[in-house]
Amino acid sequence: MNQKETQAEKLTNPEAVKTRPIKPLDTDRIKQDFPILNEKINGKRLVYLDSAATSQKPKVVIEALTNYYNRTNSNIHRGLHTLAEHATQAYEQTRAHVASFIGGVHSSEVIFTSGTTHSINTVATAWGNENISEGDEIVITEMEHHANMVPWFMLAKRQNATLKRIPITVCGHLDLSDLDKIITEKTKIVAVTHMSNVLGTINPFDKIVARAKKVGALVLVDGAQSAPHLKIDVKALDVDFYTFSSHKMLGPTGVGVLWGRKEILNKMTPLLYGGEMIREVSFERITWAELPSKMEAGTPNIADVVAFDAALDYLERLGMDRIRQHEMELTAYAIDKLSKIDGIEIQGPLETDQRGGAISFTDSDIHPHDISTFLDANGIAIRAGHHCAQPLMRVLGKMATARASLYIYNDQADVDILCDSLVEMRRFFGL
Amino acid sequence: MTSLDDMYREVIMDHYRAPRGKKPLEESNVSSHGHNPSCGDEIDMKVLVKDNYLKGIHIDCKGCAISTASASIMAETLEGKSFDEVLKIAATVKALLKGEIDEVDEDLGDIDSLAGVRQFPVRIKCALLAWVTLVEGLKNYAEGKDESGEVTLSGSLDHDD
Repeated sequence: MNQKETQAEKLTNPEAVKTRPIKPLDTDRIKQDFPILNEKINGKRLVYLDSAATSQKPKVVIEALTNYYNRTNSNIHRGLHTLAEHATQAYEQTRAHVASFIGGVHSSEVIFTSGTTHSINTVATAWGNENISEGDEIVITEMEHHANMVPWFMLAKRQNATLKRIPITVCGHLDLSDLDKIITEKTKIVAVTHMSNVLGTINPFDKIVARAKKVGALVLVDGAQSAPHLKIDVKALDVDFYTFSSHKMLGPTGVGVLWGRKEILNKMTPLLYGGEMIREVSFERITWAELPSKMEAGTPNIADVVAFDAALDYLERLGMDRIRQHEMELTAYAIDKLSKIDGIEIQGPLETDQRGGAISFTDSDIHPHDISTFLDANGIAIRAGHHCAQPLMRVLGKMATARASLYIYNDQADVDILCDSLVEMRRFFGL
Repeated sequence: MTSLDDMYREVIMDHYRAPRGKKPLEESNVSSHGHNPSCGDEIDMKVLVKDNYLKGIHIDCKGCAISTASASIMAETLEGKSFDEVLKIAATVKALLKGEIDEVDEDLGDIDSLAGVRQFPVRIKCALLAWVTLVEGLKNYAEGKDESGEVTLSGSLDHDD
């Protein structure tokens, strides 16, 4: 039996993966599962290094989507016919899957949204409007994506509350030294990213959660960048809300998750009103449905939720521990190789146990936009700009950065092409 | 010639490395600020308009090779031109970048070298930033509104319409 067949067997047998010590990912085989990676970009093989923006999708996810429309499509929860029943089962199966994926929570605590942005806005509006009042404090950090900043900014503005922030150190870690002064008795919620989309930093939650609990504040985690790459256990994190998006973890766009503690969600007034979220409606009185329906007004994004199940399956078959191991090794390789190129400076922590595979870098002479254009001509997709984190860019003193982000289908050959192209780029620009 | 070579022509790279219009003006009566939110590029300009002529232009551009070079070409080309000529040339640059025309008059200096940007649609905004920022400042000046303009590029190319 050749190596690929062995690997194939393991992919179909999750138990086989679990019981052995961490075995490296077979990226050659994984690449074959992603049809888009066969695309030629500007005549070159696509080297996709922009998974922090959105991941590519394996064939099984694309097929799950078309299968759903070909064979199961129906509205959920309300029909009495067979298709409606099948669609409902498939939709609810993903919910149960998400619940186990994030550490074995109750399914009713898993709310489907359109994405992390929608999830955070739901909390900032539905929970925020009823629980934040004048003089209260909301705490975020300097490394937040606009999705975990703007909703809190607007909530603070609406309610005359104060938005405070945890600063970052020069190395790109959260500076928790003044935590007790930042999170105070007035703090009602602390919203922090699990992994920075710019710096790659993985934030520790123990001190933040301990301090928040002491003052009676809730903790929301922006998990958009962490859920695709780390084993998530929301109970171990001991937080109150966890939010993430399907599209960054092999699933379709348009699906997000808001996980919240049942006792908090139960008390929340829904953000959206309409069908499916009510128990009884009359012209005099309306009562809400039970969780999770209460939080999912209208016909949800059924097909994409159903296909998200296949993405979770795929990730679990590989194993989140193996994914993390692969990304740590590849990130170390990339950081080492990038640092050796003249003029290239990496932003964010360098220790791979404290960071993920989103690697921001700048060139001392070449603007990130020019870097991105040059790399694109070589078939390499990276992101250049402020990465929806303008306040962080100001802290870093940069207008923009280039960002290469790694995932399960990337290997050392991809990093080599990136680095060779950067060297070639500097020559092209006469440096 | 590859499309990269076409965009980053020698002329463009020369303007990028040694941008014109760097020298601060002693006197100015128009100022304008432009911003491209998609990449963070920023441009500040001060202009002296006297007797309907653009007598001086000072540009402070923090941006990529294309936005810097385009701003430099603008400073070099427009100095000494009349108000009407300036607006006409700005419209020509826009038409060139949008692909509505393929050639420009020879007396327009290095403007024709911006044509290579057209193969990179996402970079057209970079090349336009300086021009729309200037036009906005001049329009405000002409309308006697204020001496300063403020431009934020959005998805459309029709910022100055």
